[in-house]
Amino acid sequence: MKAREEILSRVRSALLASPQGRASDIGGHRGIPRDYAHTRELPDLLGLFVERVEDYQASVIRTDEAGVAAAVGKSLSGARTVVVPQGFNPSWLPDGVDIRADEPALRADELDACDAVVTVAVVGIAVTGTIVLDHTQGQGRRALTLVPDIHVCVVTADQIVADVPEAVHRLNTCVQRGRPLTWISGPSATSDIELDRVEGVHGPRTLHVVLVESATA
Amino acid sequence: MTTGPMTRTATFLGMPPFPVAARKALADSQLRGNLRDATHTIRTKRARVAGELDDWEQLRVAGAAIKDDVLANLDRYLQELEESLTAAGATVHWARDGAEANQIVVDIARSHGVEEVVKVKSMATVEIELNSALEAAGIAAWETDLAELIVQLGNDLPSHILVPAIHRNRSEVREIFLREMGKAGMAARPDLSDDPADLAGAARRHLREKFLRAKVAVSGANFAVADTGTLVVVESEGNGRMCLTLPEVLISVVGIEKVVPTWTDLEVFLQLLPRSSTGERMNPYTSTWNGVTAGDGPQEVHVVLLDNGRTKVLADELGRQALRCIRCSACLNVCPVYERVGGHVYGSVYPGPIGAILTPMLRGVGTDEATDALPYASSLCGACFEVCPVLIDIPEVLVHLRGKVVDSHRGGVPAALQAAMSAASWTLGRSGRLELVQRLAGLSGRVLGRGGLIGRMPAPLSRWTDARDAPAPPRESFRRWWARTDGGRADPGSPPGTPGKAREQV
Repeated sequence: MKAREEILSRVRSALLASPQGRASDIGGHRGIPRDYAHTRELPDLLGLFVERVEDYQASVIRTDEAGVAAAVGKSLSGARTVVVPQGFNPSWLPDGVDIRADEPALRADELDACDAVVTVAVVGIAVTGTIVLDHTQGQGRRALTLVPDIHVCVVTADQIVADVPEAVHRLNTCVQRGRPLTWISGPSATSDIELDRVEGVHGPRTLHVVLVESATA
Repeated sequence: MTTGPMTRTATFLGMPPFPVAARKALADSQLRGNLRDATHTIRTKRARVAGELDDWEQLRVAGAAIKDDVLANLDRYLQELEESLTAAGATVHWARDGAEANQIVVDIARSHGVEEVVKVKSMATVEIELNSALEAAGIAAWETDLAELIVQLGNDLPSHILVPAIHRNRSEVREIFLREMGKAGMAARPDLSDDPADLAGAARRHLREKFLRAKVAVSGANFAVADTGTLVVVESEGNGRMCLTLPEVLISVVGIEKVVPTWTDLEVFLQLLPRSSTGERMNPYTSTWNGVTAGDGPQEVHVVLLDNGRTKVLADELGRQALRCIRCSACLNVCPVYERVGGHVYGSVYPGPIGAILTPMLRGVGTDEATDALPYASSLCGACFEVCPVLIDIPEVLVHLRGKVVDSHRGGVPAALQAAMSAASWTLGRSGRLELVQRLAGLSGRVLGRGGLIGRMPAPLSRWTDARDAPAPPRESFRRWWARTDGGRADPGSPPGTPGKAREQV
């Protein structure tokens, strides 16, 4: 018997003795008690998002649409070569930085030579201080936000949801379309040595979030 | 070509049984200190962030129910997952056991002619000893999680699910890095300090060259979504993202119990897992991917669905709940036994309370002494059940497995336990016999007891005393004291005491 058939047959015989819980069809109501919170009432959604992102030692600048370029510039201070993915709003970029397009795709070592990357996101989660990228327009393929040491991410107020269930709901269409997702909560970190938290191992060691309060994505 | 990682199979075979290994671990005060600090730190953080959510209990109930639904319908969800993965461009393989899974991974790596692969921390691949299999095929497997790197370079074994190098302190890590990094690739700078940030920086430089040149990566998965074919990896450092993104070929070894039915079900687990595991509201990075994404990441994606004993666990109706486990390690951090002996003595990649039930069921009870000892490696205090995010009643399963261990040894020569029970029945049958035995015990206690305790006794009594210290019997039994002092009225100051002082139980 091939491995697939044998494993499935082992599963079926393991379940033979206790058929309770066997669904007549998958996808219908599965009897899961879902009386946990599907949203959370937050008096200050954006304020909590900022507080929770900063809790991870990331920085947040709150600004209006007109101030985005300046906020990005401030976040990039010190970075010379900056990767900007296709579809990122050019008016949000400051003057005087060396911009690298990922067109044609940069090799890994070329990316490694870049100081920073600037992107947008699709969803921000207030309770957990998380930003989520689906790597479509303005976000670039996954490697862009991974290899450079500084990540500046522009999120808009309408993208912020209260907690994980709302984010999962909003991201449903991205996943159904087959998009990969990256959930980012602060800079890369480890607590592997004596549980002493250290920011920055392999991913970007610095994360700056620019929160745009008057714009829509 | 760099030299391969230090040869050390991940195997725990040949480890002495728990009671023997525990005796040695308990004598290591450095280890006990490291473990106490670490487990207390994480359990405090976990309690705080779990307490932040007023629907935590409802999330636990939902998490358990989702997993139970998966297990009750596992055959159908696995086929659905296979279909979704295939539609997303992934190649699905099935492996009945570790050897079969290893062969699949080795064959894929060989077909690309590589001499090395990079690895994301994965319990399943340690379980099947994939690194040894790759090494035997001439392929170096580089662990990229910081703690796994410390374990691999230190020619060591993991001792905790979440922080495998929890038993090493910073100066030990520094020594390992200085000594071993140069043999495996980029050496650590000679002026490396023991500051964790400096050590993490050394790991970043050492591994970056490997990430940038790697052609093939191997990962596990925290979840596999049946209806969308989405795999999920939850991590902190970014080494996972490196492995999942930069190489051309990605092979993920996924236990068949990792499937969840729908994308929406992740709204439960992505709250339960980080809060239970690292005690954070969210872990730094979570990656999800559906097979192959054009122009982004690996263009050849393989998924190996692994049984390796999981269907045996599934067949145990009461023990099946262990397959709900999402590998958060909260049960380790609250366990009074784990806190004192650490992970190695469990002789398995799955240590602590969850390991004490999962390992015997994966391997089968009655196969060897070390496995059969595991269900007894617990005081049944129940702390593990209280923190488990998917409500695994570990104490209930431990007791159930103790029964199975006893059953597996029935027949043949009567065991010492049965002999002892017969003796007890004779002794307690008549009061005169009890008095006689107590007087004899009082005498023997003076001979055997030291510091008020009876230590190791010869076989068959060693089966009790190897794992437990017994208090030496008092010189005078309660019944004799009562008769002599008229119930204490004649001599109120001297109740029947035990010789020596009371000792803190460990």
